Amino acid sequence: MIRFDRVTKRYASGREALAGVSFEIAAGEMVFLTGRSGAGKSSVLRLIALLQHPSRGQVNVLGRDLAKLPKGQVPAFRRQLGMVFQDHRLLLDRSVFDNVALPLVVAHTPLADLDKRVRAALDQVGLLDRIQARPLELSVGEQQRVGIARAIVGRPPLLVADEPTGNLDPQLSREIMALFGRLRDAGATVVVASHDMALVRESGLRQIQLVEGRLADTGVAP
Amino acid sequence: MSGWLARHLQALLFALGRLVRAPWATGFTVAVIAIALTLPAGFALLVESASRVSDQAATAIDLSVYFKLETPLPEVQQRASQLRTRPDVSAVQVITAEQALQQLQQDSGLAAALAALGDNPLPQVISLRPSASASSPAALDALRRELAAWPQVDTVQVDGDWARRLTAILALLRRLALTVGGVLALGVVAVVGNIIRLEIHSRRAEIDITQLVGGSPAFIRRPFLYTGALYGGLGAVLAMVLLTVGSLLLATPVSQLAVSYGSRFALAAPGLREFGALLAAGVLLGLTGAWIAASRQLAALHPRYES
Repeated sequence: MIRFDRVTKRYASGREALAGVSFEIAAGEMVFLTGRSGAGKSSVLRLIALLQHPSRGQVNVLGRDLAKLPKGQVPAFRRQLGMVFQDHRLLLDRSVFDNVALPLVVAHTPLADLDKRVRAALDQVGLLDRIQARPLELSVGEQQRVGIARAIVGRPPLLVADEPTGNLDPQLSREIMALFGRLRDAGATVVVASHDMALVRESGLRQIQLVEGRLADTGVAP
Repeated sequence: MSGWLARHLQALLFALGRLVRAPWATGFTVAVIAIALTLPAGFALLVESASRVSDQAATAIDLSVYFKLETPLPEVQQRASQLRTRPDVSAVQVITAEQALQQLQQDSGLAAALAALGDNPLPQVISLRPSASASSPAALDALRRELAAWPQVDTVQVDGDWARRLTAILALLRRLALTVGGVLALGVVAVVGNIIRLEIHSRRAEIDITQLVGGSPAFIRRPFLYTGALYGGLGAVLAMVLLTVGSLLLATPVSQLAVSYGSRFALAAPGLREFGALLAAGVLLGLTGAWIAASRQLAALHPRYES
């Protein structure tokens, strides 16, 4: 599903964010991407989402070598990817419904189906009663859950979440992780970037640990 | 409803909604576009009105055939009869030397002086009007040369120089209207393009998110194109209102002025044909401006993500 092969990412400033990183994530697997701030987690996510290209090495996602993906196919590729952003990335002038519906709208989903799926996604994150609210009327945790609903509404085969529980209380964090677990059980591949080692240990899942841009561990956290 | 239609309707309603939510900004932009469209359209309408008078004048060119003083009237009348049979002549009138003298005495106020002359110094004259099909400059010149070659004829005068000048002036004004129209059309494209450029910048975050969730370039571009087309279309509607009000306000004074010069000139009011042309031009210009700006700006945008 995801394969990094000796990937190096060096930015224009000269900083090397990733240095020869290689790992694989199988289809239907749920893994944590861990490491301190600046360890290279965000660079890995950007490479997976085709927001940037590696300086060296090869990135394969969903069976595609991303370096060879034609520009015209990038939108279709991203539609197969559910992304949860640390800063939520919500449209503040739209309702919760419109925000969650966006991936379905860009995929030209029929209106009747769209309505049903948005409600189902919001129900999964416990926000069905806030469907007409605007993001600024919600707490930070609720905004995060809207972002998660938007990421899962299109039922993507690959879900990538950047610190999805960073703004949530422990109880809600566990609920969200359980939701990701259900998505994994339904066949999706889930990659969760997190620095919450307690959550990682509690999950008992495999981690891809990065330290200063290098791969440090790919096993289950002790 | 087909998916294609639904997508376009959605983009149109979205663009319309954004314009309605910013009434002042929309109003000012529409006003600028309307003024840019009104000026050349009004100019064109004025030239069109004048052209109708000019077309009538072009077929009203007379030739005056002045005979030698010793030419007897019967000979003149015989020539007039010949002219009446020609297909390239539509009207013939003989003005005798006596009639001309009487007219001169009445009009000039020099009756006593003219009476003192003894002999009538004025020639017999045939005034003729060529038929519409023989009113071209070449045909008129050929007819003038033919008549001047008659042995009894002293001189032939074509009384249509003013009409030719008017036609030339109108051709110049028409060209001027096209030039001004072209420049102002570029102005509309630039205004709409600049607004779309600013709008793309102000909606950068939304564009980022749409790109991140897989929005295609066409999907992202579509609302901006509709925004441009709406600006152009609304500008055209306002321009039409301005033109109609302007022509209503000016029609009577212009007509009174024309009558005082003995002309039947009347300002033409814009009709459905003009409205259709203006609307099409407005929408097309707005769309062009939006297309140029959106294509250039969006091609340079890549989704940002900092965590």
